[in-house]
Amino acid sequence: MTAVSAPSAADAPAGNPLWTFGFALIPAGITAGLLLLLPAVSAGQAVELVIPWVPSLGISAGFRVDALGLLFALMIAGIGTFVFLYAAEYMRGYANKLRFFILLTLFMVSMLGVVLADNLILMFVFWEMTTITSFLLIGFSHNKAVSRQSALQGLLVTGAGGLALLAGLLLLGIAAGSFDVSTLLADDVDVRTHGLYTAVLVLVLIGAFTKSAQFPLHFWLPNAMAAPTPVSAYLHSATMVKAGVYLLARLHPVLGGTDAWLWSLTIFGSITAVLSAIWALQQTDLKQMLAYTTVMALGTLVMFLGSGSEAGVAAAVTFLVVHALYKSSLFMVVGAIDHATGTRDRDRLSGLRRGMPIIWLIAVGAGFSMAGFPPFLGFIGKELKYEGALAVASEPWLVAAAAVLANACMVATAGLICLKPFLGSPGRFDGTPHDPPAAMLIGPLLLAAAGLATGIAPEILGTSLVGPAVQAVWGDPVVVKLKLWHGINLPLMLSLLTFAAGLAIYRYRETLRGWLTTLAARLPVTAEGAYDHAIAGFKRAAAVQTALLQTGRLSRYVSVIAMSMAGLLVLALIDGGTVGFAWVPLLHALASASLLGWTAFALIAVAVPVIIWSRSRLTCICSLGAVGVAVALLFLLHGALDVALTQLLVEILFVVLLALVLVRMPRLNQGRKPRVVRRIAAVNALAVGGLVTLTLLAILNQPFDGRVTDFFEAKSVPEGYGRNIVNVILVDFRALDTLGEIAVVAAAFLAAVAVLRIFRSAGVGPADGVGTGRPATGTAPVLPADGVPAQGSTP
Amino acid sequence: MNSLILTAASRAIAALMLLFSAYMLLRGHNEPGGGFIGGLIMVTAFALYAKSFGVDAARRALFLEPSHIAFAGLLLAVLAGAAGFLAGEPFLTGLWLFLGASGDDKGLPLSTVLLFDVGVYLVVVGSVLALFFELEA
Amino acid sequence: MDTIVALSAGLLVAGGVYLLHAPNLMRLIFGLMLLGNAANLVLLAGGRFFGAVPPLIAEGETLVAGDPANALPQALALTAIVISFGILAFAIILVLRSYQFLGTADADAMRLAEPDTAWESPGESPGESPGESPGESR
Repeated sequence: MTAVSAPSAADAPAGNPLWTFGFALIPAGITAGLLLLLPAVSAGQAVELVIPWVPSLGISAGFRVDALGLLFALMIAGIGTFVFLYAAEYMRGYANKLRFFILLTLFMVSMLGVVLADNLILMFVFWEMTTITSFLLIGFSHNKAVSRQSALQGLLVTGAGGLALLAGLLLLGIAAGSFDVSTLLADDVDVRTHGLYTAVLVLVLIGAFTKSAQFPLHFWLPNAMAAPTPVSAYLHSATMVKAGVYLLARLHPVLGGTDAWLWSLTIFGSITAVLSAIWALQQTDLKQMLAYTTVMALGTLVMFLGSGSEAGVAAAVTFLVVHALYKSSLFMVVGAIDHATGTRDRDRLSGLRRGMPIIWLIAVGAGFSMAGFPPFLGFIGKELKYEGALAVASEPWLVAAAAVLANACMVATAGLICLKPFLGSPGRFDGTPHDPPAAMLIGPLLLAAAGLATGIAPEILGTSLVGPAVQAVWGDPVVVKLKLWHGINLPLMLSLLTFAAGLAIYRYRETLRGWLTTLAARLPVTAEGAYDHAIAGFKRAAAVQTALLQTGRLSRYVSVIAMSMAGLLVLALIDGGTVGFAWVPLLHALASASLLGWTAFALIAVAVPVIIWSRSRLTCICSLGAVGVAVALLFLLHGALDVALTQLLVEILFVVLLALVLVRMPRLNQGRKPRVVRRIAAVNALAVGGLVTLTLLAILNQPFDGRVTDFFEAKSVPEGYGRNIVNVILVDFRALDTLGEIAVVAAAFLAAVAVLRIFRSAGVGPADGVGTGRPATGTAPVLPADGVPAQGSTP
Repeated sequence: MNSLILTAASRAIAALMLLFSAYMLLRGHNEPGGGFIGGLIMVTAFALYAKSFGVDAARRALFLEPSHIAFAGLLLAVLAGAAGFLAGEPFLTGLWLFLGASGDDKGLPLSTVLLFDVGVYLVVVGSVLALFFELEA
Repeated sequence: MDTIVALSAGLLVAGGVYLLHAPNLMRLIFGLMLLGNAANLVLLAGGRFFGAVPPLIAEGETLVAGDPANALPQALALTAIVISFGILAFAIILVLRSYQFLGTADADAMRLAEPDTAWESPGESPGESPGESPGESR
């Protein structure tokens, strides 16, 4: 398999403007600012910033930096700094660099928003922003089908999860009585015993699992490799996928601890961890292997967040840091290899150690942390994991077994990434292996070094960040001691077992891959296959639905609308229980109606059939005018003086407009419908018309609350200084409505003017009718001036 | 249309209608009328004028480009609403000034509400006339 | 009186709906006009007429003398009339222009954007061969 996202140098301008490096200042500045907050936050304080947003709904744009938020924010901005720096060099050959860096910055900002927002709704807004920006970043090489497809897949999966999350967060806010995270955490609101708990849990978990790529919704993440490598490095280490983990960690004190929480997180997490660790071994693309190990890491994190023990949470938080450090630097290593050799195929890569010594050094540093060798931070993380696994509330041995198996595969995968490509004789690739420029080295080097430094001196990390963060997740004060040597105990034994198993897997990797490949080919159903089927089915349903409803025949649309409206009116009448009328008073009222009322009705009753059947344009215009006058008369009879005046004036102007237009239109008898269609039209018309009358009578039978009118009547003179109540309502009480309405009026008329002006320059006028102004599509049927289509008989 | 009677009468009728439209606009707050009705009367007057003397003559009589009138009206309405901010009130709150008020006599009432109604009037006049002129051109 | 209004509105709706089915676009405009009138009647009646005295307060008074008509739906109907005028004017210009452009006033004959043949083969493949995606390296 060839590298999918190798830089396409052909279509890009050469050179590397300095400003691309300037973008790295943004995350660097944020990191510095966050570090200033570190002492206060480590001491257990939380820094808050609140801006009222929608106060009536209790939604505020509040931000709150506590230990957990700061841990994530530091990873996002800190690793972001190096990713931006790396990208400035890596993207040298790409076009649209400005777009890329703006997107990357937006992505970072929305990620920071997710982890620092103090309001569930605000957090959700940022959450969706990460979905959208990651869609644009994954599909950045939009001229490649694979990129577009992967981006869409990621968007659909995480977007669907986002919908579930929104519902979950709303229910959570209702159940807890507040949308503020700090209130949720501080108060003794017990959501766990609330009736909505199960619904909240399921919906939130769907959101978190889709974002953090848990089985069986994991497949979008390896496919997201279509993104340029800096994006992958960022997406996989510190951002995007960690959003789901953050959500679970953040809501742990609110939702966690129940059986449902323990079991669902443990089961989904462990399955995800084990399966993806195994599948990582089957991959040949180095980036793809890393992607699967990310899924494995996410599974592990979820599994431990569901452990229901202090040690488990401590393991999760520590591993979070471990993983962010080694994963970002390994991705950047793979990007450098790809850059230098043009391939990421592990079968073709070997003997790179001579050409790229510094990259090898970094790879070994990060890879050993990944494999969990002492004295790297990865070792501490792994020891904590085993300790946590054995302390798991639900099934310690299941979790421990999953952790050992997954870690053994990780050892082998680490070997495949940091040893295999660099040892042996030079492999079959095109470029000359060489270390990349400094900008691409400094990030991975420092991140790998951080993995080593924090492994040797873990206390600083433990007391300043990890400890307080664990406390934030766990809810109660906990003591977390990070140290390399815990003595000879069960976790150490498990570590030794892991290394042995890992070495064995590394030794027999080719055999194993053979088996896995055979297995992959024979799997009856895969998650991605199911996704493809679902999408295909959706498209088919849309096609069928479209063919059924969107026939392109206006009369059919009108029929459907009329029938639906009739149906809805019938439902409304039945639902309102107003079918049975008091007919006698109605007839009585009819008899007592005034002569003028009857005149207006008679005018309408005569004019409407005339409009329907007359073929004379002039007759139609006159009849329409008569209808307008009759309606104005009805207004007048009900004391609506202003309305009647407006109606009359509009009617006059409209008749003038009609007259101006109709002389340029063909005769009215053109294109008569078949008898069947006319019958349907008649039935629809009578049904809807009759139902409107019945509904209106039913409405008029209901009691009415006229307090609003009373208010307007009473306040018109004292507060509106006007004696025409209608006008006072228009220009004072409800002036905002009127403002909107005059905007619509202006838009409608000026748009009509624009429509008249279009094509006038192209020379289409009433005289030449067809042709000269037509856009050159070449596929449209030629329509002669008499209005009969020249081709295409109707089905 | 070549009707001598129409041509002869329409100048006077149009002038009267213009006067009437301004009257309807200004009295609208207390009697039937207002920006919508006044505006429609003004449009009718100009439609009549255009019918007898041609669109170009009507355009010249109107003096301003109709679409500009519409936009000016929209702007005036928004500004009249924004004036509420000056008094620290919400958008579209009416501000009133009674010129020469003394005791029982309320004097001449001036208000942002009237400005708003003038805005409505101008929007109706400008946008409808824009279409009529364009169509008859 | 309300009954008269209800009957008139029903009649106008029936005429409007029938005309909407017509192939000739000018008749469609007529239908829209009738429906617009009907909608204004329904709006006014549904908001209740109350009395028959116009909602005008006499000079020096603070309340309407007698049984005033309901001012609120009147204000709504007034703007609705002007707006429907604007929308109808736009629609009628659109019809005029499309007749001049396409040479027909028959809605069903206007198939420039969607020729009849477009409906025969709805989309079949779900994107460009999913086998190519990087997740499926064999």
